[in-house]
Amino acid sequence: MQISVYRYHPDQDSKPRMQTFEVPEQPGMMLREALLAIKEQDETFTFRHSCGEGVCGSDGMNVNGKNRLACVTAVAELKRPIEVRPLPGRPVIRDLVVDLTQFYEQYRNVQPYLIRKEPLPEQEIRQSPADRDKLDGLYECIMCACCSTACPSFWWNPEKFHGPQALLSAWRFLADSRDQATDERLDALEGPYKLFRCHTIMNCVEVCPKGLNPTRAIGKIKDLMLEKSI
Amino acid sequence: MTIPHRKFDALIIGAGGAGLNAALRLASADLRVAVVSKVFPTRSHTVAAQGGVNAALANVFPDDWHWHMFDTVKGSDYLGDQDAIEYMCREAIPTVYELEHAGVPFSRLDDGTIYQRAFGGQSQNFGGDQAARTCAAADRTGHAILHTLYQQNVRARTHFFDEFFAIDLIRDEEGAVLGALVLEIETGATLVIEAKATLIATGGYGQVFRTTTNAFINTGDGMAMALRAGVPLMDMEFYQFHPTGVAGKGMLITEGARGEGGYLINGDGERFMERYAPRALDLASRDVVARSMVTEIREGRGCGPNKDHVMLKLDHLGAEVVHHRLPGITDICRVFLGIDPAKAPIPVFPTAHYAMGGIPTDRFARVVAPARHGPEEVVPGLYAAGECACVSVHGANRLGGNSLLDILVFGRAAGTDILQYVAENPNHRPLREADLEPAVTRLARWERKGEGETVAAVKADLRKLMEDHCGVFRDDDTMAVGVEKLKALRERVEHARLKDQSPTFNTARIEALELDNLVDVGMATLMSAHARQESRGAHSRIDHPARDDERWMKHSLYSRDGDRMDFKPVRTKPLTVESFPPKARVY
Repeated sequence: MQISVYRYHPDQDSKPRMQTFEVPEQPGMMLREALLAIKEQDETFTFRHSCGEGVCGSDGMNVNGKNRLACVTAVAELKRPIEVRPLPGRPVIRDLVVDLTQFYEQYRNVQPYLIRKEPLPEQEIRQSPADRDKLDGLYECIMCACCSTACPSFWWNPEKFHGPQALLSAWRFLADSRDQATDERLDALEGPYKLFRCHTIMNCVEVCPKGLNPTRAIGKIKDLMLEKSI
Repeated sequence: MTIPHRKFDALIIGAGGAGLNAALRLASADLRVAVVSKVFPTRSHTVAAQGGVNAALANVFPDDWHWHMFDTVKGSDYLGDQDAIEYMCREAIPTVYELEHAGVPFSRLDDGTIYQRAFGGQSQNFGGDQAARTCAAADRTGHAILHTLYQQNVRARTHFFDEFFAIDLIRDEEGAVLGALVLEIETGATLVIEAKATLIATGGYGQVFRTTTNAFINTGDGMAMALRAGVPLMDMEFYQFHPTGVAGKGMLITEGARGEGGYLINGDGERFMERYAPRALDLASRDVVARSMVTEIREGRGCGPNKDHVMLKLDHLGAEVVHHRLPGITDICRVFLGIDPAKAPIPVFPTAHYAMGGIPTDRFARVVAPARHGPEEVVPGLYAAGECACVSVHGANRLGGNSLLDILVFGRAAGTDILQYVAENPNHRPLREADLEPAVTRLARWERKGEGETVAAVKADLRKLMEDHCGVFRDDDTMAVGVEKLKALRERVEHARLKDQSPTFNTARIEALELDNLVDVGMATLMSAHARQESRGAHSRIDHPARDDERWMKHSLYSRDGDRMDFKPVRTKPLTVESFPPKARVY
């Protein structure tokens, strides 16, 4: 099969180009394996990857126009010729490797950690199974950046708009019955950009390789804000 | 060219559970701590741990840290050090509570306490009924823990060097460790990080085997750095093959699948573990289950057209249990096998998974090596924790659920001891340019031009070699040939060449440096395995099928200098309780 991949090397190329490789297709082959086969032909071809099973979140990339994780994308399902580009909207470091500094910065901006104010018990903080279920669909995020780099609002305002990944994380802590910083978290999300630049385009939902729903999380944050303001 | 220097109180190499738990302890105490990781921290392989972490919380059945200790000693086939095991099993309980307080989204029981499931090798009351000791966040426990630890380090303002690769440790003439030479992957620039204390927390080396549950990044970097710094590696022959890797592919299917009630069947549809472990059945220790599976297949009772695997059956548990308790497994089966495990059995085969051996440490995570005054002298300024270390709490075979525990307990212990060490040694020791020489030379070696083999070709042969010559069942002839082949392969590495000499995000160069590391830890594994003439835990010799406590109840030590083997005694004396003497291991 033919795979066309985005090539850009800052020391050598004045502008990016696409390069096509011929890779023998194996039954059950995932895109990551196909890219590794390309790297065997040309070791200068560069992309991030690690676990190979969709939990480390390293190999987010744009495949035939859609952001996906290469390691859980079966090549058999892809329209030919396969076109692989870096995640959109971020500065390209080399080939498929993009600079995610801004993406991580937005994550750190939402205080992505549990905050307790009461003294801690000697044992676990109790949480009912029903309350724990509220974290399902939130805590599983692998920070692959597929969602935020598919979001037009994040493309235009990556410094000001938190983006779907960070907002999903914000809701993960707001939704946690153990967290005791609801008011501060909501206050910190006020203003026209951080949260409210989401225009429910829902690209994030469509691309999330873990099947999570950042748009719904954002909606829940807005609902909670409204509820608190009444 | 002068290399810039930066100074920190502590340097941590590796940002998995061990590194991050140590960093959290140190940063929370206002030390200046640098964490160097070749991947963004949440991409570390702790993220892939599934089933859970052991602690005798007694949320489901009665439990006691002392029972946990008994199971761990027995599981280790009596090679584990009982002082360290007692410490770990006691500390397990506060450690899990601390994690929960930090925000780990553990699954819950109806009373709101942490959900605990049954895992292999666990018992109540010193070998009695099955225990339920493994604290779980569905089957994504490692992910939940790693992300939480990263989050808490964000809060504590730990200084991260993301996507920096550690080349080598820096040691002075007296043997004290002064920090490390590191490479910024994005720019190719080198940097010296000087530290009063350095912790190696680089994880395992499953990439040395062809089929493995381990990630691409698990290349034994820290272990090889220790070897090159003159520290031996301990008990490297003990490499765990996880019973349930997806056959032919390697993805891990958690032991929790059997803990939830799944079981293995052979080609005749028989639940064969009844014959090998009549009491514990499919929840016998991993070494026992893996050997039983391979024996079934060797005797012609495998499944599939080539009879080359067995099946893990979950379809009797119902979709609710499978999908709710094992959502990650459900995903893996759907994506890689196109099946729903609630409806169809999973083809599995024992797959290279975990290194029981590693850098020898004491229970304070201080690296210890043979020196003038005995086999366990502390290497000043050097610590190791997690899979790269050998405390030894796993001995010859690790119990499921004890690896997350190991990284957390000993990562924290390292942090605690480093606090004290830095208080007692408040100044950086002087670093001379000459101390950098070995590390700089290692990096420069891959800048040689000209024709030569590719790194990928040598790496593929290495992985095949290790699989063929150092697998589940071993014998003298196979390993002797393996050692010779590996020595020849080590020569080939000298003649391999990099075509890509770019400074910018050069992953080919990183893979070359990783290959150096894999060859060193591969040699440690094969040499140690060849030397040990008995069967114990994960090390099964066809030509020496019995355990031999008289000759072999001792730890092995491999040194890179001259490929030398050495040995030291097992620490059989616990801290406060009676020692568990070696007994026949029956499950």
